[in-house]
Amino acid sequence: MVRTAKLALEDGTILEGEGFGAETVKAGEIVFSTAMTGYVASLTDPSFKGQILMSTYPLEGNYGVSSEWYQSDDIKAEAYVVRQVCYEPCHPKSEKSLPEFLEENGVPGISGIDTRSLTLKIRELGSMKAVVANTDISDEELFKILEQQPRLEDMNLVEKVTVKEPKVIQERKEYNVAVLDCGVKKNIIDHLVAQDVGVTLVPATTTAQEIFDMDVDGILVSSGPGNPENVDTIQDTIREVGQKMPIAGICLGQQIIALTYGAKIYKMKFGHRGSNQPVKHLDTGRVYMTSQNHSFSIDPDSIESTDLEITQINLNDGTPEAIAHKTLPIRCIQYHPEAGPGPHDSKVFFDNFVNAIKEYKEK
Amino acid sequence: MPKDESIKKVLIIGSGPIQIGQAAEFDYSGSQACKSLREENIETVLVNSNPATIQTDIDSADKVYVEPLTAEVVAKIIEKEQVDALLPTMGGQTGLNIAVDLDQMGALDGVKVIGSPVKTIKDVEDRDLFAEFMDRLDEPIPKCHAVNSLEEAFEAVEDIGFPVIVRPGFTLGGTGGGVANNKKEFEEIVIHGLDMSFNNQVLIDESVLGWQEIEYEVMRDKNDSCIIVCNMENVDAMGIHTGESIVVAPTQTLSDEDNQKLRNASIKIIRALGIQGGCNIQFALHPETREYKVIEVNPRVSRSSALASKATGYSIAKVSSKIALGMTLDEIKNDITKETPASFEPAVDYVIAKVPRWPFDKFKTSSGELGVQMQSTGEVMSIGRTIEEALQKAIRSLDIDQEAFEYTEYTDYDLEHATDLRMFQIYSAIKDGRDIQELADITKISPFFLNKIKNIVICEENIQKQGKDVLNDAKAFRKIKQYGFSDKRIAELLGLSEDEVAQARHEIGLAPEYKMVDTCAAEFEAKTPYYYGTYDSPSKFKPTDNKKIAVLGAGPIRIGQGIEFDYCCVHAALALKDENVETILINNNPETVSTDYDISDRLYFEPLTKEDVIAVLEQEKPEGVIVQFGGQTSINLAESLDDAGIKILGTPFESIDMVEDREQFTEVLNELGIPQADYGIANSLDEARDAAHNIGFPVLVRPSYVLGGRAMEIVYDDNELEEYMKEAVKVSKEHPILVDKFLEDSIELDVDALCDGEDVYVCGIMEHIEEAGIHSGDSACVIPPQSVSKDIIDQVEEYTRKLALKLGVIGLINIQYAIKVDPEPKLYIIEANPRASRTVPFVSKAIGVPIAKIASKIMLGAKLSDFDLVNYADIDHVAVKESVFPFLKIPDVDSVLGPEMKSTGETMGIDKNFGLAYYKSQLSAGNNLPTEGKIFISVRDLDKPKIASIAKKAKELGFDLIATKGTADAVDDVDIDIIRKVSQGSPNIRDAMLNGEVAFLINTPSGKQSADDGYIIRRLAIELGIPYVTTIAAANAVLKAIEEAANGELTVKSLNEYAE
Repeated sequence: MVRTAKLALEDGTILEGEGFGAETVKAGEIVFSTAMTGYVASLTDPSFKGQILMSTYPLEGNYGVSSEWYQSDDIKAEAYVVRQVCYEPCHPKSEKSLPEFLEENGVPGISGIDTRSLTLKIRELGSMKAVVANTDISDEELFKILEQQPRLEDMNLVEKVTVKEPKVIQERKEYNVAVLDCGVKKNIIDHLVAQDVGVTLVPATTTAQEIFDMDVDGILVSSGPGNPENVDTIQDTIREVGQKMPIAGICLGQQIIALTYGAKIYKMKFGHRGSNQPVKHLDTGRVYMTSQNHSFSIDPDSIESTDLEITQINLNDGTPEAIAHKTLPIRCIQYHPEAGPGPHDSKVFFDNFVNAIKEYKEK
Repeated sequence: MPKDESIKKVLIIGSGPIQIGQAAEFDYSGSQACKSLREENIETVLVNSNPATIQTDIDSADKVYVEPLTAEVVAKIIEKEQVDALLPTMGGQTGLNIAVDLDQMGALDGVKVIGSPVKTIKDVEDRDLFAEFMDRLDEPIPKCHAVNSLEEAFEAVEDIGFPVIVRPGFTLGGTGGGVANNKKEFEEIVIHGLDMSFNNQVLIDESVLGWQEIEYEVMRDKNDSCIIVCNMENVDAMGIHTGESIVVAPTQTLSDEDNQKLRNASIKIIRALGIQGGCNIQFALHPETREYKVIEVNPRVSRSSALASKATGYSIAKVSSKIALGMTLDEIKNDITKETPASFEPAVDYVIAKVPRWPFDKFKTSSGELGVQMQSTGEVMSIGRTIEEALQKAIRSLDIDQEAFEYTEYTDYDLEHATDLRMFQIYSAIKDGRDIQELADITKISPFFLNKIKNIVICEENIQKQGKDVLNDAKAFRKIKQYGFSDKRIAELLGLSEDEVAQARHEIGLAPEYKMVDTCAAEFEAKTPYYYGTYDSPSKFKPTDNKKIAVLGAGPIRIGQGIEFDYCCVHAALALKDENVETILINNNPETVSTDYDISDRLYFEPLTKEDVIAVLEQEKPEGVIVQFGGQTSINLAESLDDAGIKILGTPFESIDMVEDREQFTEVLNELGIPQADYGIANSLDEARDAAHNIGFPVLVRPSYVLGGRAMEIVYDDNELEEYMKEAVKVSKEHPILVDKFLEDSIELDVDALCDGEDVYVCGIMEHIEEAGIHSGDSACVIPPQSVSKDIIDQVEEYTRKLALKLGVIGLINIQYAIKVDPEPKLYIIEANPRASRTVPFVSKAIGVPIAKIASKIMLGAKLSDFDLVNYADIDHVAVKESVFPFLKIPDVDSVLGPEMKSTGETMGIDKNFGLAYYKSQLSAGNNLPTEGKIFISVRDLDKPKIASIAKKAKELGFDLIATKGTADAVDDVDIDIIRKVSQGSPNIRDAMLNGEVAFLINTPSGKQSADDGYIIRRLAIELGIPYVTTIAAANAVLKAIEEAANGELTVKSLNEYAE
């Protein structure tokens, strides 16, 4: 039986569709992703905490759900908006359908939405608050929930997704890395493990002293959800640790590092989400396709007065995609070299990080 | 400037005549290449033997050569033009082959091959080199052995194991390949393949039958930046050529993991090959283990890249051309957004379905079974927001008199062995309640796609369950439209008329909205997008206030309706642009130039049906619509558009109707005093028999509405007539049969003329080489006429003038005449079509006047006197058009020509006299006429009196002659060796041909039965590539050509020089 579901937006729009997944109501900031494959990885990416994900590709769920593709233990997005959802997936790895997956995770989905029209609206008006209801609920109630929902930039979402205790992922090796978990993805961890280094996940609130006590050779500040300004304790950690060892940052990690060294961050109108963002390396001129998922960006003008420099840019809008510290071994990128979803073209980021650790240690 | 400054003048090689496996997509790519290079201030030289292309328009490149595509000829152009670079990757396999040949000839000294280096071409074309290459890269390919003999082949199959795929090396589109499941099949295919191969090589491949077939379109620049433009998933599994397969884009059943795995392999391969530009890579992906193999790499633009370009809005040909000059992806702008660079991967927010168009309606003897050999002539592309919608739109785009999935009888054998009907048979099986998984096992099609068809079946059942009430339920009705159902189909399901459903739809305010193809899934603003109709949301369309006109395209390429019509549509759009009129183009063929986004102001990728076309026009509100350029497809819509109150520009609908209705047309002819052959109209066999007896056999019989001579036949007696009637009535129930007196032994003329309502311009009179009775699309023809008297020519011009004015033609008209020579020359009209004909581009190029453009301007009110017109009789060169046939690709069909059109494309030979022009036209058509050796002659009794002069001439030219006894006996005083017929035991003509002893064949067919000697000889000639003719007229022309060619070296001359 098809149940009617609703999607309400901050601008007063109400759209009707068909509900799938859990029968519940969830609010968040609605964002669109243009990635054409990889819904399982996206939904489970902690960076989507606080956000309602909408796919611009109209057919989702075609190849089902495999736990191999999870980027965390469960779905992190608040809700999922699609044009058409597939109930009868077809893939040898599929363990369940996308609707079943959402249902298990208590996440509501809505299909039958004209996602292109909605994308155009977001492109024009910017990301906005929204609520998806998979239950019988009046429009007034829906807008009340919407009103009560805090803005994404005002929330501290990292604390909801970071590990509570340090967690050893790979036992100590010759070189050892701590991952400052702001909402890390499984693929980031997997890539580090593949580098044959010791890997420990630590809470985002870990202090510099605690890091030094762990006797690691480098830290990686992970990607994660929300506003980088709201996780300011990390800046202190970075500032101190940065004097002693290489630091790598991915996505939110880059933004926090930029803030640490004096750059400014702003919230983009609708962010970058997809698997096709062109990034140019300013040193080689080579362009790589990257996987992206971010709402905030570094203000390039604010870089000048800092010790940071821009090493890569986005060719669509010129935003900084990678920055480096001019004197310290700190390198970070705005996109997702670990992929999942998206292109694997930038895996070399992890090689470079580990090489930097080795070099630094030799010195 | 970032580009390579050493490159100033580039030669672009076109792909030659349209044939199966190499069609209009290369006109699109070559035209784009010229445009793209000229934007960078590069001087361009283009060579192509196909006159029906936009790229051979004199203003497409700085110099345009319509010359045969052989390495020798191209080398002459290189030398004459002193080009410094060669771009071979825009002309399909032909382009690559010529580049390799030129390299071997040493003709490329000082000429840079751009795009794909010759070494790369060899690395991917030669299977051994390819295998080595992939092995070094550690990329898996199916086990493969290249063999040069049957013995070696058997050793190979020992290693690989059955089933195996056999394919000849170095041919077009996998010609002559097949799947062998056992030794017997294997032997047969290998022998055939060895014969077919240019290098006498056959490849035995490990079979990956039943695996998923996936394609990636990859781009790379000199900085090693790589992108994937699009990936595509074949609905049909491996074993069916991708050109024969229903294809969707992007991939649907690949997880991100699968997708990235194949993406990584694609990028690794293109980097290793060092290609600068576009490349197509085909993979086989195991449906369960997800193991993959690289099947094929095409280091050039292709049919798939044209599809990918149209599917995403990313012009692969255009960007590839710039990359070939040394530019990088980030320096090239994305044409659609105008803001973002070409270094990105398109994101689509819709589904593309491509469905092939097959020619089996033309070849009754073919089984229609699909396999590793391509047989389709064209394809349609449709865009929808769901697969259900895209598939249903694709079916109605095919123009096969079918509105949707229709119940089609089937057996399990049919489900397993695909034919052109399989898609409908699967639908029928699902309707019959067959289990999806079971069907998936039989068909090897993913249940994902089968479930989509099931959704359509369920939706149909719901429509029928709900009955007419569904039309009052706006929400339910919208849902149905979202699944792609046409009004007509809904009407069929509900037992209503299409108009009733359309009216109900209008009443509840349900109309399509037009979404954009914008390369970026709405992430950025699009400046020059194109559109598709869908039913997601109510339309927010705001028409512009500018003067605008719509042009209807011709849909998929098929026999009888080819690229010529696309050429005319493009010219119409360009002419309107000249006049500052906004153009709206509606078409669904992804291969063409007309569906290039920069040809019209707004392009709609939609089916060409009454509903879909009217829906666009209702929202766009153009001043009028041009239907005379899109062949029968658009002409057939004239009545509906007229009824809907839409203004038809140019020749009014009534005139179109007048010539289609034989009785009305006869009245007109009688009034004008233009003679036609006796005829009758019949609604039954009895009536047909009476008519035939009144007129006298032989008669030409056909349904009253025809397309490319479909179901047209010459019958000689009652039996043949009866047989025909059984078949033909099936073809067309609504229209009666026409019975015409067949004018035996007459010369046919084709005339294209322009009329502005007051004045008539005869653009060209073409004399057919083959006699009347052979479809005008299949006959070679020549401008100016070579053997027609001044009196007759004057009469032709007079009749043409009178008829065009009488019919009120505004624009183009094509008229066919026959001159019955015996007892004294008399001119008859055969038929008239007040629309652009297939010969428009040929005539335009022969006389150097863009007649389709002028026709468009006339439709806007211009007068003939406004233009500089050339009299065709005043040109001081001769142009010959020759037809190209698909016999090689369609097994088991006879190559005899008749009133049914069979050719897929055409070539043009142009030179100072008929012999040379004809010689070039033959060379371009793949008939490399010999200047020495043995000619075999075998003709029917009727032709025996005419053979003596031919034999004598051939002797004079130094040929040896062999003939069957009957033919030899008909010739006195000429020394002819007698050879046995096939049916007379060995050694016979078949052995002689197989031994390579025959250089040329003259064989005229004796009867209708095809399993005779003649059939075997003709079929063998095709398969062995021995040049042949099947008419006396062509034999005469060939000898004239050989005589001229033997007199000196072939020279090349550009159209620009001819125009001077």
